[in-house]
Amino acid sequence: MSFVGACIFTACVAGVLACAAGLALPARWSAPVVGALSTVMAAAGLAGGVAVLATGHVWAGRFPSVLPLAGVELSLDPLGAIFVVATAAVAIAASVYGVGYAAPSRAARALVPLFVLSLLLVPAAASVTTFVALWEVMALTSLLLVAAEHRHRPEARDAAVWYGVMTHAGLVVILLGLVLFAGHAGGESFTALRAAAGEMSPLVRSTVFVLTFVGFASKAGAVPLHVWLPRAHPEAPSHVSALMSGAMVKLGVYGIVRVGFDLLGGGPRWWGLVVLAVGMVSALFGILHALVSSDLKRLLAYSTTENVGLILIGVGAAGVSAAGGSRTLAAVAMAAALLHVINHALFKGLLFLGAGSVVSATGTRDLDRLGGLVRSMPVTGATFAVGALAIMALPPFNGFVSEWLLLQSLVHSVSSTSATLAVTMPVAVAVVALTGGLAAATFVKAFGTGFLALPRSPAAADAREVPPSMQAAMIALAGGCVALGVAPTVLGGALDRAVGVLAAVRDGSPLRHDGVTLSLSGIRGSLSPLMVASGLVVGAVVLLGALRAVGARGPRRRAENWGCGRSVQTARMEYTATSFAEPLQRVFDDVLRPDHDVDVSHRAESRYYVEAVAYRTAVRDAFETHAYAPVLRAVRWWGRAARRLQNGSVHRYLAYAFVALIVVLVVAR
Amino acid sequence: MSRAVVGFLQVVVLVAGAPILAGLVRKVRARLEGRAGPPIAQPWRDLRKLLGKERIVPEHTSWVFAVAPLVVMCSVGLVAAIVPFASTRTPFGSAGDLFAVVYLLLLGTVFLALGGLDPGTAFGGMGASREMTLAALAEPTVLLAVFALSVPAGSSNLSAIVAATLAHPARVATLQSVLALAAFAVVTLAECGRLPVDNPSTHLELTMIHEAMVLEYAGPDLALVELASAMRLAVFAGLLANLFFPWGIATTTSPLEVVLGMAALAGKVACLGVALAVFEVFVAKLRLFRVPELLAASFVLAFLAVTASFFLT
Repeated sequence: MSFVGACIFTACVAGVLACAAGLALPARWSAPVVGALSTVMAAAGLAGGVAVLATGHVWAGRFPSVLPLAGVELSLDPLGAIFVVATAAVAIAASVYGVGYAAPSRAARALVPLFVLSLLLVPAAASVTTFVALWEVMALTSLLLVAAEHRHRPEARDAAVWYGVMTHAGLVVILLGLVLFAGHAGGESFTALRAAAGEMSPLVRSTVFVLTFVGFASKAGAVPLHVWLPRAHPEAPSHVSALMSGAMVKLGVYGIVRVGFDLLGGGPRWWGLVVLAVGMVSALFGILHALVSSDLKRLLAYSTTENVGLILIGVGAAGVSAAGGSRTLAAVAMAAALLHVINHALFKGLLFLGAGSVVSATGTRDLDRLGGLVRSMPVTGATFAVGALAIMALPPFNGFVSEWLLLQSLVHSVSSTSATLAVTMPVAVAVVALTGGLAAATFVKAFGTGFLALPRSPAAADAREVPPSMQAAMIALAGGCVALGVAPTVLGGALDRAVGVLAAVRDGSPLRHDGVTLSLSGIRGSLSPLMVASGLVVGAVVLLGALRAVGARGPRRRAENWGCGRSVQTARMEYTATSFAEPLQRVFDDVLRPDHDVDVSHRAESRYYVEAVAYRTAVRDAFETHAYAPVLRAVRWWGRAARRLQNGSVHRYLAYAFVALIVVLVVAR
Repeated sequence: MSRAVVGFLQVVVLVAGAPILAGLVRKVRARLEGRAGPPIAQPWRDLRKLLGKERIVPEHTSWVFAVAPLVVMCSVGLVAAIVPFASTRTPFGSAGDLFAVVYLLLLGTVFLALGGLDPGTAFGGMGASREMTLAALAEPTVLLAVFALSVPAGSSNLSAIVAATLAHPARVATLQSVLALAAFAVVTLAECGRLPVDNPSTHLELTMIHEAMVLEYAGPDLALVELASAMRLAVFAGLLANLFFPWGIATTTSPLEVVLGMAALAGKVACLGVALAVFEVFVAKLRLFRVPELLAASFVLAFLAVTASFFLT
C-alpha cells in the first residue's frame, strides 16, 4: 500500500473509531478521545494531501465490495488534494477546539468525525456513485449537526429545514446532470466520463454543465441559492460552522471545477461568463449583507457567500480566458481561485472559532451587546484580529496574496481579446475592489465593536478567556494565516500541479517563484510578501528606536476621554455595530431596502408629551422576500388546493376510483 | 549608490518633506484668503512640540490603540520606499506593485479606524465609521485607475509604468490618461481627507471625519498620526506627479541623477500642493451623503479610462 493509501486508510479507521467513541464512551471521556482520534484523522488526511501535492503522483484505489452493485472508486489527484488539505487544516483546528467546546448531545459529538471524514473523501471520489454517496453522507451529517442545538434554540429547526431542502434540491440537480453525463458516456467512472466528454454534442455538454453548476452553486452558497447559509451557519455549533464554512462550501467550488474544467474539459465562453456573473453578484450581495448584519455569526456566513463569489470570479475568469485561448491567464486565474480556497478555509475557520469562543464566553452573538473583549479575552481577541485583517485582504496576511493574483489575472485578461471582455473585466475588477473596500468596513465593524471599546452588556463585561484547547486551535489557524501571507511561495508548486490537472487551462507552471518573490509567467507582475512583511517589521523597529532616541517613548499615563465637557463615559454613548454600518447602509439603500419602524407612544394626559420612542430597523434578504417567498406561497396554495380532494366522503373516493379506472382503460387499450 | 540607499533616501526625504508640503498648502491658502498664515515649517514645530510631551492614553484602551500609529506610519513609510519617487530603480521594485501600494495604504486606514473605535467615545466611532465608508467607496476608483494605468504599460509594476511613460511621452496626452488622471485626482482628495470631502482644519465635531477619528490621540502618538497623514498626502501627490508626469526621475542610481530626481519630485509636488491650496479656497465641504456621488463620478471616469484604453487603441 502506498503512503497516500495508508493515510486515507488511517483517516477512515480513525474517523469511524472517533464516531464510535463519541457514541459509546461516557461524556467525561468522550471529549478528549474523540478530539484525539479526530485530530489523527485530519492529520492523516493532511499528510495524504500534502504527499500528493508534493509529488504530483495520483493515488487511485478500487474497493468493489464496499458499496453493493457499483463499488467504491477513489482517486486523489493534486486538484482534489488542494481541497483535502484545506479541509484537513480546518478539521485539525476544529477537532482540537471541539475538546473544550460543550457539545449539545452525545450524537452531535459522534457525528462531527463522520462529517469530517466525508469532507475528506469527497474530493477523492472517482466515480459518480461514490461521489454522490459521499456527497449525501456529507449533506446528512451536516444537516443533523445544524439541528443539533434545536432543544435550546427553536430557530435551529427552521434553519435545518431550509438547509435540508436546499441541499437536497441541489443533490437532485447534480444527480440529474451526472446521470445524464454517465448515460451519454457509457460508464460511470470519472475516467470514462473524461474520455467520452469530447465526443458529446454541445447541447448535452452544456446541459450537464448547467445542471451540475446549479447544484454545486447551491452547496457553495452562491447567490441566489445562498438563503440556507446565513440560517444554517449561525445555528450549528461553532466548530461545525467553521467546518461548513471553511471546507464544505468549498466542495461546491470543487464540483464546479471538477465537472466543468476536468471531466467536461472546459467549454464555450458563456460558461465562464455565467460563472463570473454569479461570482460577481454573490461577492457584492454577500458583503453588503455582512456589512449590515449585527449578528456576528450571520455576518461571517454572509461573508462566506462573498468569498465564494471571489473564488467563482477566479474560476469564471479562468473559463473565459481558456475559451479565448489564453491559457496562461486562465492558469493564473485558476491558481488565484484555488489559493483563495485554502486561504479562506484558514481565516474563515479561525473567525468562526473566534465567534464560537465569544458565544461560549458571553452567550450572545449580537455585536450591539458585545465590546471590550480584547482585554478580557486576549488570545481570542488577537487571533480574531489576525483573521479579520486576513479576510480584509491586507498585507502581510494570506488574503492579500490571493486577491492580488485574482486582480492580476483580471487586469491582464482585457488587453488580449474581444469587446465583451473589455467591458466585463473592468466591471469584475471594480466588483473585487468594492467588495474589498466593503469587507474592510465590515471587519473593522466586527472587530472594532465586538472586541474594542467598552462592554455593552453585563454578559460582555463578565467574559472570561476560553480553555487552552480552544485557544490552541485559534492560534494554529492564525499562524497559518500569517505563514501563508508571508511565504505563499511554499504553495507555488502545489498550485501548479493542481492547475495542471485541468486539461482546459493547463499551462506549464503559471506561478514562478524564487522563494521570496512571486511572479507570473507571461505577465509582468511580481509580489514579494516576505519583503513587504519584513519591510513593515524593520520599519517598526527603526521607528521605535527613533522615538526612544528622541525621548518620546516614556511611560504611559492613563487619563479620562475627552467628552465635550461631560465627565462620565458609559457604554450607552458608544457607536454600535448598527450605527457603524449606517452610512453605508444609507448609501446602498436601493439594494438593501431596510425596513424602518418608528413607534411613538404619548402620555395619557396630553398628545404633546412623548412617553417613549421605539425604533426598529431590519434588513431582509431581497432574494428571500422576492424570489423564495412567492414560490413558497405557491406551494402552500397548491397544498391547500390538494387538500380539497380529500374531504372524507366515500362517494367522492369511489368517483376518483371510477375516473381512474376509465383513464387506465383508455390509456392501456 | 545602491538601490537600498535610494529607497532609504526616499523615505527620509518624504518624512522630512511631508510636513513642509502640509505647511505650504496651509500658507498658500492663508495668503489667498488674505491672512498671513503660519510659517511653512510650522507643522514641524508642532511635531517637535508633540514629541516632547507626555504619553497620555485614554482609559480602557487596549494594545490596538497603542499600535495603530506605528502601523500607519510603517505602512506609509514602506510605500515611500516602494514607489519610484526619485529613481525608477527602487530597492523593493519587485516587492510590490501599485496594487500592493493601495492595500498597504488601506492597512493604515483600517488601523486608524480601529484606533478610533478603541476608546469607546462617540466621536471616535463616528469618525471611524465615516472614514471606512469613504475608504470602501473610493476603493473601486483607485483600483480602476491602477488598471487604466497598467494597460498601456502591460504591467501594474510601478517602475514599468513610469518607464513606459518615459519611453512614449505622447501617451500622457491620450484620452485614457487624462480620464485616469482626473479620477485619480478626485480619489486623492478623498483618501487624504481634503476639501470637498473632509476639512482638515475643521474643529467642529459633527463635520469631522479624520480629525474625529484621531481625537483621543495625544503627545508622541498624535505626532505619528499627524506625520503619517502628511506623508499620505505627499505619497499621493508624488504618485500623481510621477505616474502622469514622470520627467526628471532618475533611471539609474547614480548620485547626481538621484538628487536631480529628488529635486524634480519636490518641484512637482510643490506645484500640486499650490494647486490643491488654490482649489480648496474655491470649494466648500460637501455633505457626507453627497460624497458618494462625487466618488461615483470619479468611478465613471476611471471606468471610461479603462474601456477607452481598449477601444481607442
